[in-house]
Amino acid sequence: MYSVKILDAGTPARVSEQLVTLEIDGVEVTVPAGTSVMRAATDAGVRVPKLCATDMLESFGSCRLCLVEIEGRKGYPASCTTLVEPGMKVRTQTPKLANLRRGVMELYISDHPLDCLTCPANGNCELQEMAGVVGLREVRYGYEGANHLKSEKDTSNPYFTFDPTKCIVCSRCVRACEEVQGTFALTVDSRGFASVIAAGPTNFLASECVSCGACVQACPTSTLMEKSIIDNGQPDHSEVTTCAYCGVGCSFRAEMKGTEVVRMVPNKDGKANHGHSCVKGRFAWGYATHPDRIRVPMIRKKITDPWREVSWDEAINYAASEFKRLQKTYGRDSVGGITSSRCTNEETYLVQKLVRAAFGNNNVDTCARVCHSPTGYGLKATLGESAGTQDFDSVLKADVIMVIGANPTDGHPVFASQMKRRLREGAKLIVVDPRRIDIVRQPHVQAAYHLKLLPGTNVAVINALAHVVVTEGLLKEDYIRERCDLKEYEKWKAFIVQPHNSPEAMEAMTGVPAAEVRGAARLYASAPNAAIYYGLGVTEHSQGSTMVIGIANLAMATGNIGREGVGVNPLRGQNNVQGSCDMGSFPHELPGYRHVSDPAVRAQFETAWGVQLQAEPGLRIPNMFDASIDGSFKGLYVQGEDVAQSDPDTQHVTAALEGLECLVVQDIFLNETAKFAHVFLPGSSFLEKDGTFTNAERRVSRVRKVMPPLAGLADWEATVALSNALGYPMHYDHPSQIMDEIAQLTPTFHGVSFEKIDRLGSIQWPCNVKAPEGTPVMHVDEFVRGKGRFVITEYVPTEERTTREYPLILTTGRILSQYNVGAQTRRTANVVWHDEDRFEIHPHDAEQRGIKEGDWVGIKSRAGETVMRAMLTERMQPGVVYTTFHHPFSGANVVTTDNSDWATNCPEYKVTAVQVSRVAQPSEWQRKFTAFTHLQDKLLSEREREKA
Amino acid sequence: MDVHRLIKMANEIGAFFEAEPDRAIAIEGVSDHIRRFWEPRMRRELLRWVDEHDGQGLTELVLAAIQGNREKLTPQTIASP
Repeated sequence: MYSVKILDAGTPARVSEQLVTLEIDGVEVTVPAGTSVMRAATDAGVRVPKLCATDMLESFGSCRLCLVEIEGRKGYPASCTTLVEPGMKVRTQTPKLANLRRGVMELYISDHPLDCLTCPANGNCELQEMAGVVGLREVRYGYEGANHLKSEKDTSNPYFTFDPTKCIVCSRCVRACEEVQGTFALTVDSRGFASVIAAGPTNFLASECVSCGACVQACPTSTLMEKSIIDNGQPDHSEVTTCAYCGVGCSFRAEMKGTEVVRMVPNKDGKANHGHSCVKGRFAWGYATHPDRIRVPMIRKKITDPWREVSWDEAINYAASEFKRLQKTYGRDSVGGITSSRCTNEETYLVQKLVRAAFGNNNVDTCARVCHSPTGYGLKATLGESAGTQDFDSVLKADVIMVIGANPTDGHPVFASQMKRRLREGAKLIVVDPRRIDIVRQPHVQAAYHLKLLPGTNVAVINALAHVVVTEGLLKEDYIRERCDLKEYEKWKAFIVQPHNSPEAMEAMTGVPAAEVRGAARLYASAPNAAIYYGLGVTEHSQGSTMVIGIANLAMATGNIGREGVGVNPLRGQNNVQGSCDMGSFPHELPGYRHVSDPAVRAQFETAWGVQLQAEPGLRIPNMFDASIDGSFKGLYVQGEDVAQSDPDTQHVTAALEGLECLVVQDIFLNETAKFAHVFLPGSSFLEKDGTFTNAERRVSRVRKVMPPLAGLADWEATVALSNALGYPMHYDHPSQIMDEIAQLTPTFHGVSFEKIDRLGSIQWPCNVKAPEGTPVMHVDEFVRGKGRFVITEYVPTEERTTREYPLILTTGRILSQYNVGAQTRRTANVVWHDEDRFEIHPHDAEQRGIKEGDWVGIKSRAGETVMRAMLTERMQPGVVYTTFHHPFSGANVVTTDNSDWATNCPEYKVTAVQVSRVAQPSEWQRKFTAFTHLQDKLLSEREREKA
Repeated sequence: MDVHRLIKMANEIGAFFEAEPDRAIAIEGVSDHIRRFWEPRMRRELLRWVDEHDGQGLTELVLAAIQGNREKLTPQTIASP
């Protein structure tokens, strides 16, 4: 429930062209057909008492509080389950209804504690409210009968408590877990008076509950209640903001007491999440005030020196003087910057502006380099724009959903819940993944096809799918003729029909039976609406860009772009990775994805920024590391990224960082990269600044400051200060002015402003004269590039092959409760679910090596070696192993290699040849890492404090 | 920059364009990609390798792309010392 009184209309809204007019308490109201009487009453300004109904869930009709009288009908129907009919005349309040409602409340309260004054829901409890509304004055049953008042609380979940003494068994929690989240972890156990809510046979923590909070949100009492509310009391105000975890970009209400957040509740009006959330955004926000937060700038000459706390002015001036010295000594191109995919659009724009205008080069890049840079390349080449084609709601109109190289239940859980909703309605699912990921089989969801390919063979599979489409006459010829470049299409068609692209020819390489590929292709191509969703299992390969192109080819060939329910949908990982790309963070592109060599575009920015800009592309992140090792790259400004943990071939990365003479890290914690830094600028979390994030569906949403920056400056203010110290003046009073500048210079953002975002809630770019309120679905009448372009995608096997020395393939990924490098989530109670990275191995491979569950195993590749604990699981296939990278000590990226996508240098995280064996001690890297970490922790703890 | 790494990267670009049936388009594709995405010091190093070692290690397509588009691939900015 919300602390701020948010209207709950009782049952979900319906959409229908047919309208129905009825009368409620003498007031005429017109609503779409299919609307409940309860909701129609709300529209008429009448609030019918309710307890089991909520507009987040379908009606259930169990509490019997919402009874009404309908002229011409016998009895007292429940208004939540009764649909409107034309000419209906409803009365919501009569003496008989009042008696019935009081009777219902008497029963509820006869088995309920009378401790309102000390209850955490006091003042914000629907049961309390209904007791008042119905005029309850006595409970004639007394309190001596059987009751549940001695039931034991379940406090196992770190974030919320389940108190069955307060439960009225309205089953909202059970239904929320089913309808909203799709996990079906809760049930009503037993019957009648013995009915209790149960999370499996044990408790919440041990159950299948994923801690999304939907049940807590739905609960009308304090039965399911956040521990933060129990401890701190009810909030007194709230502010709508956007989550800083994944690319779904859920809208939340930060509920506050003063400047302290006491709860984050999902915003019902959030267009990306529609009032739902996951464990991270909902509960794991405590990192923002964790004791590890660095609040004072620090500098040091060498990375073996203790840190020295200094003022902002001293830190900024020192950083600027170092960059100037380096450019004077080693040349203009010897320095650069990395923008953050966690910081706001405005902040990312300023960092790339600083690099281009103050440093005078284009050596700027972003973490999209290591995740979705192939998406940018591939979709621009084929469709004309570097972004996904749909909004999230489009999935609700898909008939067939193909998920390739993505694990949405873990990586994009709120979107996955939407997807599961559609799958439960009957849409069909095709999964292309080497592992048996959770979405393959969920409650009431079963993939029609799971193409369990070998890592590294994506392009072989997509070509085989397309081969089937073309050779079996499943092409949408009309669509192709109207919308695509026919010359390129004919060239591609001649390529794809070649026998070597057939499922039969590819089977030995991919490990996927030809019949499965044929079945999946037919299913996808024959659907009225078929959509593809993909993730880093597509992009993080040596043929990442080729695979994105192959996906676009398949979608165009089957006419699945340009309307709802279809499309090519990259599931962008980070909260603002889309935004950081949009803002010109790539070394070859200015904001809006326009090449730096384009004189007209450059001239526009040169005029606006008052400085000459370079026409040549700058260094990408991997190139920066190579250049540092060869001595030509000496200074780096890193905002909100942790390359030492997240980038592949860790030893190469740390060698590169050690080669820098000035590394400036701006972050909220002293992360792995900061251990190599000379200047540390304390960053600000999403709660401490204003700005915007852009999620995976191009939705630009507001981030709102709810507390002052703990270090005194928001990130954008620090960047402005650094730019000024470097001699390039920047002056902004508020991030809205930065967005105004972005809008002036970037055609796809032309109509965006803070005022418009506040008015509309959010905006999906392009937002311009043609689309003043934004663009949910792209390429509707034509592709952005005009005609869609088919491109040949020959399968080129990766150079990373298994050998006798390295016979297994390692692939990496993430899990639900931890987020990326774990800097945020490791500092929350989420560690209860994942306190270390585990190495997943099929029992057959484990047995061959004498490995048992929980054993320490050494994982060795040609890049390096690390040690983790083994987890035997049949969701891996023999020959393929897996791990996550959320804990620095795991060293997952010590073993990943320098192989990368041919077009973008996106690392091939998903294919590393390894050998695995039982070991008795950590690896040499881990021993060195531990020693280095201890040293850096000591240098931090012994830092010279700033004098007051 | 480690020229062997650059050779590997260039050959991977070439491998993508090998599938293009029109040789001239393939050559243009390779050289265009390098021009658009490779920073000047990377291109200078590659050109130096072609000059000093006849492009040893580069595939035929990549070598043709570099040799046929030398001017386009030569950076326009002033070299860093």
